Amino acid sequence: MPVTAPFPITVRVLLFASYADTLGFDSVELSFDPPATVGDALDRLRSLPGGERLPPKPLCAVNLTHVRSGTLLSGGDELAILPPLAGG
Amino acid sequence: MYLTEEPLDITALLASVQSAERGGVACFLGTVRNHHQGREVVRLEYSAYAPMVEVECARIVAESQARWDVKVALQHRIGRLEIGDAAVAVAAASAHRDEAFLACRHVIEELKLRVPIWKREYYADGTVEWVEAGKRVSGEEGKQEAVSAGASDSSRRPAARIHAVPE
Repeated sequence: MPVTAPFPITVRVLLFASYADTLGFDSVELSFDPPATVGDALDRLRSLPGGERLPPKPLCAVNLTHVRSGTLLSGGDELAILPPLAGG
Repeated sequence: MYLTEEPLDITALLASVQSAERGGVACFLGTVRNHHQGREVVRLEYSAYAPMVEVECARIVAESQARWDVKVALQHRIGRLEIGDAAVAVAAASAHRDEAFLACRHVIEELKLRVPIWKREYYADGTVEWVEAGKRVSGEEGKQEAVSAGASDSSRRPAARIHAVPE
């Protein structure tokens, strides 16, 4: 069967600490038509109840590495939205 | 493992970096304070994005050992901690004290900027809050800070360029 449109990609989004409290969950799978960026995932989260309380540019990591919001997502990526760090 | 739920074993951490060639050993301990912004704290609870903590701490250690002639070790405790408990320990050993101090300082500063750990403070008045001490680190601004934290001190050797944040 000919492919007429790009396959959607699915990424796993993790929320921690105060962000998990704000949105009421700590993990969700989101699907996008590529190309999709970290910023697109953040926009999707902001459309959910409580999501409007996420800051404009939260710290984010894809597959355990810090990234900027323009970073492109691939299928199977793990995107973590990190509240202000407080280790130490 | 850089994360543990057990009390930190400082003696073991120091032993892991010491050797006959490395005569200068610096150690930093971060312990739980009984106050924060004028409020009385009775205990803390640390949580973490554990897989990323392991990866990011390994990067910081590798970067430090590439930059200075040192051996570095660190450990962070998570879970419930009481006042006075050690939450984080860093040890750095080198032939001489200068590099040991520099590397030890670098590791704790980078940990605070880059390693995904959070803490909840329990106050004497019964309230509980997430601490956002790292607020300056959030988002793009914090990333620039993280980059400059590693690149601004011209007295050091050039960074090994294993920095967490892509340009």
